[in-house]
Amino acid sequence: MKAAPFKYVLAQSLEHCLELLGEHGDDARLLAGGQSLLPSLALRLSAPALLIDINRVKEISEAPQITTDVVRLSALTRHADLIASPVVKASLPLLNQAAPWIAHPGIRNRGTIGGSLALGDPASELPACAVAAGATFILQSKSRGVRRVPARAFYQGMFRNACAADEMIVAVEFARMDTWQTGFKEVARRKGDYAMVGLAGQAQRSGQRLTNVGLSFFAVGDYPVLAEPICQAIEAADSAKQAVAMALDVYERGMQASADLWCSSQAKKYIGRSVLEDVIHDLYQ
Amino acid sequence: MTFISDQQPEPELNIKLQVNGQPVHAQVLVRQHLGDFLRESQGFKGTHIGCEHGVCGACTVRVDGRAVRSCLTLAVQADAAQVFTIEGLSDDLVVRALQDSFVSCHAMQCGFCTAGMLLTAAELLQTQLEPSREEVREYLSGNYCRCTGYESIVNAVMDAAQTLRKARGEQR
Amino acid sequence: MPLKLCERPAVNSAELTSLHTHTYTHTHEGIGAAVPRVGAKRLVQGQARYCDDIELPRMVHVCFLRSPYAHARIFSVDTKAARAMPGVVSVITGADLREHCEPFLGVLNHLPGMVSAPQWPLALNTARWQGEPVVMIAAQTRAQAEDALALVEVDWEPLEPVVDPEAALAQDAIAIHPELEKANLAYETRVDRGDYEGEVARSAVSVSLNISTTRVTAVTLEPRGVVADWDSGREELTVWMGTQVPHMMQSVLARHLRLAENRVRVVVMETGGSFGLKIHTYPDEFAAVMLSRLLGRPVKFMADRLESFSSDVHARAHTARVEIAVSPDHQIRAFGVDGLLGIGAYSKHPRGSVNEVRHVVNLLGAPYQFAALHAHVRVAFQNKTPYGMYRGVGHPIVCLLTEMAVECAARKLKVDPVEFRFQNYRADSDYPAELLSGTKLEALSHEACLRKLVSLMDYPALRQAQAKALTEGRYQGIGFATFVENSNHGSATYGRGGAPIAANDGCTVRLQVDGTVLCSSGATDTGQGTETALTQIVAHTLDLPLSDVRMQLGDTAAAPVSGGNWGSRGTGVAGEAALQASLALKEEVLRCASVLWEVPQDRIRLQGKQLLDVLGGQVLGTLAQLCQAAYVRPDLFKSGPVPQLAVTRFYAQREYDGGIYTNGVQASWVEVDVRTGCVRLLKHWIVDDCGVVINPALADEQLRGAVVQGIGQALLEGCLYDDQGQLMNATMAEYLTPMAGEMPDICVGHVVTPTQSSKLGAKGVAEAGITGAIAAVVNAVNDALFPLNGQVTDLPVTPDRILKAIGVIH
Repeated sequence: MKAAPFKYVLAQSLEHCLELLGEHGDDARLLAGGQSLLPSLALRLSAPALLIDINRVKEISEAPQITTDVVRLSALTRHADLIASPVVKASLPLLNQAAPWIAHPGIRNRGTIGGSLALGDPASELPACAVAAGATFILQSKSRGVRRVPARAFYQGMFRNACAADEMIVAVEFARMDTWQTGFKEVARRKGDYAMVGLAGQAQRSGQRLTNVGLSFFAVGDYPVLAEPICQAIEAADSAKQAVAMALDVYERGMQASADLWCSSQAKKYIGRSVLEDVIHDLYQ
Repeated sequence: MTFISDQQPEPELNIKLQVNGQPVHAQVLVRQHLGDFLRESQGFKGTHIGCEHGVCGACTVRVDGRAVRSCLTLAVQADAAQVFTIEGLSDDLVVRALQDSFVSCHAMQCGFCTAGMLLTAAELLQTQLEPSREEVREYLSGNYCRCTGYESIVNAVMDAAQTLRKARGEQR
Repeated sequence: MPLKLCERPAVNSAELTSLHTHTYTHTHEGIGAAVPRVGAKRLVQGQARYCDDIELPRMVHVCFLRSPYAHARIFSVDTKAARAMPGVVSVITGADLREHCEPFLGVLNHLPGMVSAPQWPLALNTARWQGEPVVMIAAQTRAQAEDALALVEVDWEPLEPVVDPEAALAQDAIAIHPELEKANLAYETRVDRGDYEGEVARSAVSVSLNISTTRVTAVTLEPRGVVADWDSGREELTVWMGTQVPHMMQSVLARHLRLAENRVRVVVMETGGSFGLKIHTYPDEFAAVMLSRLLGRPVKFMADRLESFSSDVHARAHTARVEIAVSPDHQIRAFGVDGLLGIGAYSKHPRGSVNEVRHVVNLLGAPYQFAALHAHVRVAFQNKTPYGMYRGVGHPIVCLLTEMAVECAARKLKVDPVEFRFQNYRADSDYPAELLSGTKLEALSHEACLRKLVSLMDYPALRQAQAKALTEGRYQGIGFATFVENSNHGSATYGRGGAPIAANDGCTVRLQVDGTVLCSSGATDTGQGTETALTQIVAHTLDLPLSDVRMQLGDTAAAPVSGGNWGSRGTGVAGEAALQASLALKEEVLRCASVLWEVPQDRIRLQGKQLLDVLGGQVLGTLAQLCQAAYVRPDLFKSGPVPQLAVTRFYAQREYDGGIYTNGVQASWVEVDVRTGCVRLLKHWIVDDCGVVINPALADEQLRGAVVQGIGQALLEGCLYDDQGQLMNATMAEYLTPMAGEMPDICVGHVVTPTQSSKLGAKGVAEAGITGAIAAVVNAVNDALFPLNGQVTDLPVTPDRILKAIGVIH
């Protein structure tokens, strides 16, 4: 399965990269980790005219930057770094919990957060984490400069998002989660597979109540959405037990899950119940 | 009749890298992946292509110190990189210990997955020398083997870890 | 015929009365030794050479345009644009090849009523499965060939596909091969013995289950492929391929390409797994070989993963209704099966694609004593990928049918499944035996195996653990499977049906001038360790260190005609040929020593690379000295013929022409998460009886690897087709194979019942693991679901099926 021919250019800087995107837009694809792009080229599912390799662009290769309230992750932060970084472990525990579920070590050494968020594969972990946590994507283009787009507004359809053809994600900002509760659960047949059902969640806890609950399922729909009605139900509860009961009630009435090749929508919906229950318990830990 | 000069030549680039400790200058087709480059233009057949879409792990090599699927990396991306294949790692202490353990624990049958297993397991043992069996299984969960059923491979990695721990202990 | 059933000693050579073991020097490495495989260093250092590693001057690479439709007429093919693409050397259609070859026809003429249609290397007017090769493109590189592929234009007329086997056999079904009389019926077989209806009517309990399995495929890590090199000067063909059966390929290539066999050489180097996949002829491989002859240059074809899924053989998709009838005193009285198998568009040449159903009919209920048998199985053509052998073939299916029925009956009777089996097994002392189906069994050991298994797994403790888990709301299950697996086949399987597949194996053993040994065997090693086992046999017999014996496999130019490896015959048949050749060589060595040193032959022993006179104990000379003399000083041998220090022996299993059966029992311990339908495999056990064990480590690893493949079919694997015959999951991300994270540790035990049909006493072990594993795991899951009234009878046992079975989804 050999890729069709394409032109290749190594972007020397962010400016160079944006220049190229501005000029080639739709005919070009950005090559970051390549862990999703290269298989699609090999399978000849996509045949871009130009690959823009952004792996040597220094501006998007910085280490996690931490301020009082925010952690900023450069687009080229590798999944392996999300596991190894002490900053991420302490201040973005949700990502630290999620990252080991992404594929396998060899893929995590190369795959990037920018790439994963930009692709928005409905079965993948990081877009759901970004939506659950209400992260902000920093986009940049030659034509519009820097744009800040909330993750919750970024995803608009199956592999469709707010990123224009000449734009790219340069960084993602998360509010620090040092004092927050997080929960992450993924059910898959085999370690590292695309999930059957998954859920990312965060909340703040005071006593027996949870506030600012953010939950986003993955592998059940076309793109990750904030499960608002469920979040509200949990916020209205006075205890973990009540939160689970109310959340499951809303879930049962409202959740639609899309089937995949191996798992029916009824099975996904049923499995999602225990996933939701477990994540709520984690949020109450 | 069509002549070469009538056609757009396929894009190629010049790369300079280190392969198994030796400098390499090569002109590569831009679309060629690193696995094919190593096998076809450098003659390192020890890295095997099992699926070409990044799932089986047989093509795993070491690029700048990290285990990487060579079918998911373009050869041009290895410019200025340090690349090691199985052929260049017999001097690596960790790989050597794993090779000996694989032999004594019967951890291979057809051998097609072996290089990928060794390189992936080596990365695990470079970070920690006391993995549990579950941790070994998890680390190797992206490397497909059809022959062994994995148990002997887990045994071999545990055995190599013990050998390396002993060697480290003796050094102190 | 006294049979010894004993626990396996550390070294088995005590059972071989024809070989003396006292004071031998090197037998610790010989038969029975758990030595690491020969050549292991080569594998861990990346030095092994597989088919794709071959590069020859002027070699071209091919790829294939494959039918995107399951069923379509091909009106025209326009290759003009493709031919003009950079690097393209040749673009070939079916019409171009037709006059240069004979078509395949996968029929065994000793199976009454079996039919198939001729199959050409490239489809001519009609494509009959999605993935069927239609156009072949050769270019300087594979990438260039694939670029050109995109420009081939085919005028297709899609036809209604026949996908479901039941629909294929309906009166109004479209005939996939209109020239065949019985439309889509490829084969039908039935056996009826005893008063089946009566037994069922009189039974206290009868259970009937509708069981279905999904197509699986071997997914060898190394895809299949060939490198073919036609030498137009000598008019000879050399083909390198990962195949299990080089001599069969040699015969078939010669026959179909109209060449003499001595002008066709097939060479097998290292192969990255086969499991039956690479035993078959494939139209695309033959087309590539033919192209080499047409072009006069080497041609390489390596299937990529995508085309592997749609063109490698598929296997084991059965629908069957199985029935078991049990008397009031818990005796099984009858087994019955009505089954259906769809084998894709063509029966495979030359082995045919119907062996799975022969196994079902021959072996239903095989471990048990019972009075009546009904078996009726039909085989249908369909517009899907053609079928072939995959490790175990039909044995795993018949084990699944039998053992699911048995455990279901035991549950209904409220009898412990182990107890129930002991009550019903044919006794170990009751052999040789002939089953109702006519299958002849030499000696099996179900009782001994189950006793050993129960002890190994500490069965009572597991039942206690299960009960405790249940009180905590966790659902654990224990499942068993008794399996019977064929090995050491004679000619009944293929030869009698006219297939050019040798039933014997040959081995040549030659002494070199320095006293080391060079051997050539027609067996092959696709990872299982055949080379090592054969080396051990020769080394043991001649009392040499392993390093002094070099066993070469897989080259038809060097090895005598042999059947190759299949049906678990490598150790038993090729091993016996190696043993007999070594014994004959040893005889000749002793004769030559006797002549050379003028000592009576019966006083001489070959030991530790020396020839000893046992009377005085003195060393007459070294083996090296004898060989030196034999070759460079034949004048010193004053009487008799010149030394003949090279021997070839052939061995075939003739007494049990249908094969020597092996047996064992497996157990699986699982926990089902009823919230998700996921199954956690806690542990697995297997006790196997394969007769004399040549290398316990390699035998155990064969069993483990095969068990995991069985787990794959039980829980994970399946080729998913839509109703248009489109394969939907042709990637490794969507066809789910077992990976390290989910597999259990597997405990292996042995019982040893040597076969009396050979000196070696070894039976096969390669397929036993998969044969019982599927049933053991499915039975374990159903045991876990029993408290919830759940039962799954469709494979793979996915979370969906489990959640449906326990009624939480519909």
